[in-house]
Amino acid sequence: MDFPTSLIQLLNAVQYGLLLFLIASGLTLIFGIMGIINLAHGSFYMLGAYLAFSLTEGLGSLWLALPVGVVLSVLFGLALEWLVIKRLYARDHLYQVLLTYGLILVFEELRSILWGDEVHGVKVPEVLAASISLTENLNYPVYRLAMSAVCLVLALGLWWVIRRTRLGMIIRAGSVNRDMVQSLGIDITLVYRIVFAAGVALAAFAGMLAAPTSSVFPGMGNQVLIICFVVVVIGGIGSVQGALVGAILIGLVDTFGKVLTLEVAGFQLLPQLSGVTVYLLMAVILLWRPEGLFGSHD
Amino acid sequence: MDERAPILRTEGLSKHFGGLAAVREVALTCRVGELHAVIGPNGAGKTTLINLLSGDLPPTSGRIAVAGNDVTGLPAHRISRLGVGRSYQKTNIFLPFTGFENCRLAAQSRLQPSMRFFAPAHAHAPTRAAAERALAMAGLEGRADVVAASLSHGEQRQLEIAMTLATAPRLLLLDEPLAGMGAEESAQIVALLKRLRADHAILLVEHDMDAVFAVADTLTVMVDGAVLATGAPDAIRANRAVQEAYLGSGEAENVSS
Amino acid sequence: MSAASPGRRASVAGAAVLLACLAALLLMPLGVDKFYVQLVTKMMIMAVFAMSLDLLIGFTGLVSFGHAAYFGVAGYVLAYAAPQYQAASLWVSLPLAMAVSAFLALVIGLFVLRTSGVYFIMVTLAFAQMLYFVFHDTKLAGGTDGVYIYARPDAALGEWAGGWKPFDLENFVHLYYVVLALLVLTWIVLRRVLDSPFGRVIAGIKVNEPRMRSLGYATFRYKLASFVIAGTLAGTAGYFAAAQFGYVNPDLLGWHLSGSAIMMVILGGMGTLGGAALGAFMMMLLELLFQGLTKHWQLLMGCSIVGVALLLPHGLLGTVAAWWGRRATTGDTERTDG
Repeated sequence: MDFPTSLIQLLNAVQYGLLLFLIASGLTLIFGIMGIINLAHGSFYMLGAYLAFSLTEGLGSLWLALPVGVVLSVLFGLALEWLVIKRLYARDHLYQVLLTYGLILVFEELRSILWGDEVHGVKVPEVLAASISLTENLNYPVYRLAMSAVCLVLALGLWWVIRRTRLGMIIRAGSVNRDMVQSLGIDITLVYRIVFAAGVALAAFAGMLAAPTSSVFPGMGNQVLIICFVVVVIGGIGSVQGALVGAILIGLVDTFGKVLTLEVAGFQLLPQLSGVTVYLLMAVILLWRPEGLFGSHD
Repeated sequence: MDERAPILRTEGLSKHFGGLAAVREVALTCRVGELHAVIGPNGAGKTTLINLLSGDLPPTSGRIAVAGNDVTGLPAHRISRLGVGRSYQKTNIFLPFTGFENCRLAAQSRLQPSMRFFAPAHAHAPTRAAAERALAMAGLEGRADVVAASLSHGEQRQLEIAMTLATAPRLLLLDEPLAGMGAEESAQIVALLKRLRADHAILLVEHDMDAVFAVADTLTVMVDGAVLATGAPDAIRANRAVQEAYLGSGEAENVSS
Repeated sequence: MSAASPGRRASVAGAAVLLACLAALLLMPLGVDKFYVQLVTKMMIMAVFAMSLDLLIGFTGLVSFGHAAYFGVAGYVLAYAAPQYQAASLWVSLPLAMAVSAFLALVIGLFVLRTSGVYFIMVTLAFAQMLYFVFHDTKLAGGTDGVYIYARPDAALGEWAGGWKPFDLENFVHLYYVVLALLVLTWIVLRRVLDSPFGRVIAGIKVNEPRMRSLGYATFRYKLASFVIAGTLAGTAGYFAAAQFGYVNPDLLGWHLSGSAIMMVILGGMGTLGGAALGAFMMMLLELLFQGLTKHWQLLMGCSIVGVALLLPHGLLGTVAAWWGRRATTGDTERTDG
């Protein structure tokens, strides 16, 4: 691979990794703070993509679709927490898994009823539609760079909220000791509601950002969900830094697994088995650190 | 092996949680025929010490030897198999099982190969006998068929001890066995401890000072994770530092009442 | 778990119900259409699959979300073992399929059992997905489309028996009875395993694993053994599923099947073998019912799953048992009072 191609793949890897981070950070926070394992998290990503599609059609531009979509997904998250999720706080993980698996079926079918089963596209906004040329015949789309930049800003924002604000202090304390937070007179249910809605909004926002590049299609949430589980397992449950490192690692392994070729004894391993690489990475990490890179030991 | 050699010996045993030292440089021994009681105020690190000895927690530094084998850092099940039985301060039993099954499962660990998939577990007579013996020793003869969850709190405490005995240990690590027991049951267990002492090494953590001074051969006083004093009960009672740090504070009366 | 006398009465009632079910299953093919015989065959295969998962979830306390992997891989083994347009020998391909799923469960178990709790759920799902992609992305066995199995396994014995064929799996009634035998056999084997020293150990692990360790049990190896047994049984079910359906595709190892299996176990009542089997039957009936109602039947299924998770945590059997137990104990107190 020559240098410009490698550069393009590197940019793709980072962009994919950052996008995964947006989804996985919500997943890991919801588990770390609320103790909920949420299989339906991928559905929020799908919801975001379909919202981006419909709102861009209706409002005429992705710029308007983004803020409206975020507001809608926050409302959706609050409603879902109030209707269903709050009933899971005291329940065993087994029932959380079962219930949120049921939610996936519900969301997927509602999607089919509301939007149908076709593949849709979302237009890249005019301003970002250009490409930067790296060599005579290699270009990199500006939109993808912008996506990475936005994800990076959000990641920094998340870090700032968790490290520097009162809410972040409560979140950090709450993930270690729930009783203590409650004894300080803080309404933990409100914290849960905020965290859950924020997680939904982050995943949905990731879906909206990705819509123009990846197209909008049935089942898109489930693919992303399982990869995000791998991210969380690699990074360590409850750790936002872990989610970031895990997501970037997965981005790199997945992207380069698809473009490199590897043959052993005449049998082509890569890229034919590129779908498997991220799971192999997870297996290696499990052998080395079963609690994840940033997970706590005890 | 020399009968008088200690079954348990620790050197410089320490455990840190983050920056906090829960157990600091503890050196102690316990031999067969000896009941060694560890006392100290709440938060002195007594339960953490037991967790280190049983392998439930890995020590940060120091060494633990059981019957001459270095067991530092070994997992709990390996240490258990060297003849170490422990009871827990917070009742830690199998609530959905009967009292008998709790003890049978404990005895099975020593008397029966457990990677057996087809023979019924209950058919093994030695295991059943060991379980019944352990229940009787802890004073639970008539309660064998009651589901553990339906036992009274005091009976659950007795079952906790019975399970420990069912593994036929040579070294017993007992973490506040009398906590939550009524006077009658307490007296029964104290009598049991006196009987067990003959052919066991017993390390006892206990808040009931009357009981401790009645049964202990050796006392170790822990404060803030470190050993303040070790010696015979009379020497400890007379120890000025111990009186100031612990016994004199009136806590002994509080707890034993 | 209930006191002695109502417990004995409940187990007598349980045995009676079980025998009645067995009699019904034995007689059923005599009186109904081919469609129903095939449907119940499929239900029984799923019941074996659900019971194997119940060994993990209900009896060992391991929530695996990747159980379909062993089911599907065994199906692929049959597909590979069958020469094009010819039947594979049952007596070679079935043990092979079971051995492959056992080996797979052993290898995956060594990784996933290093984790526990919610990690375990995610990691089992991820490993199953990895296998899914192995079959999905490569041309090993038809990729996304899968492959057809043109002929069901041949039960003819070898030369030593003069090539005698005790049954013919191409005959749907024969297949039905073979699968019924498998179901009964699985039930008996699991029943015995649960009462064995090993079974008591995994029960202890489910209730209180740290205490098992301090009693001297190396819990890892018992969990691994349970994982391998469950994987092997799931593989056996998957083998017969592939034989019955006549094709394999990656969806047989997909996470939807793993999720459905969890639903079966909980719907029927986890921790009871009969419950898992009942759950499998009920789940397939629900599917059939909903598919008849609407194209969007998954919506109804999703809502049912949410409903079961919220309202029926002990499943149908658990709820009935609790009701029976309450009735029995109040009956007893009335008698002693009076």
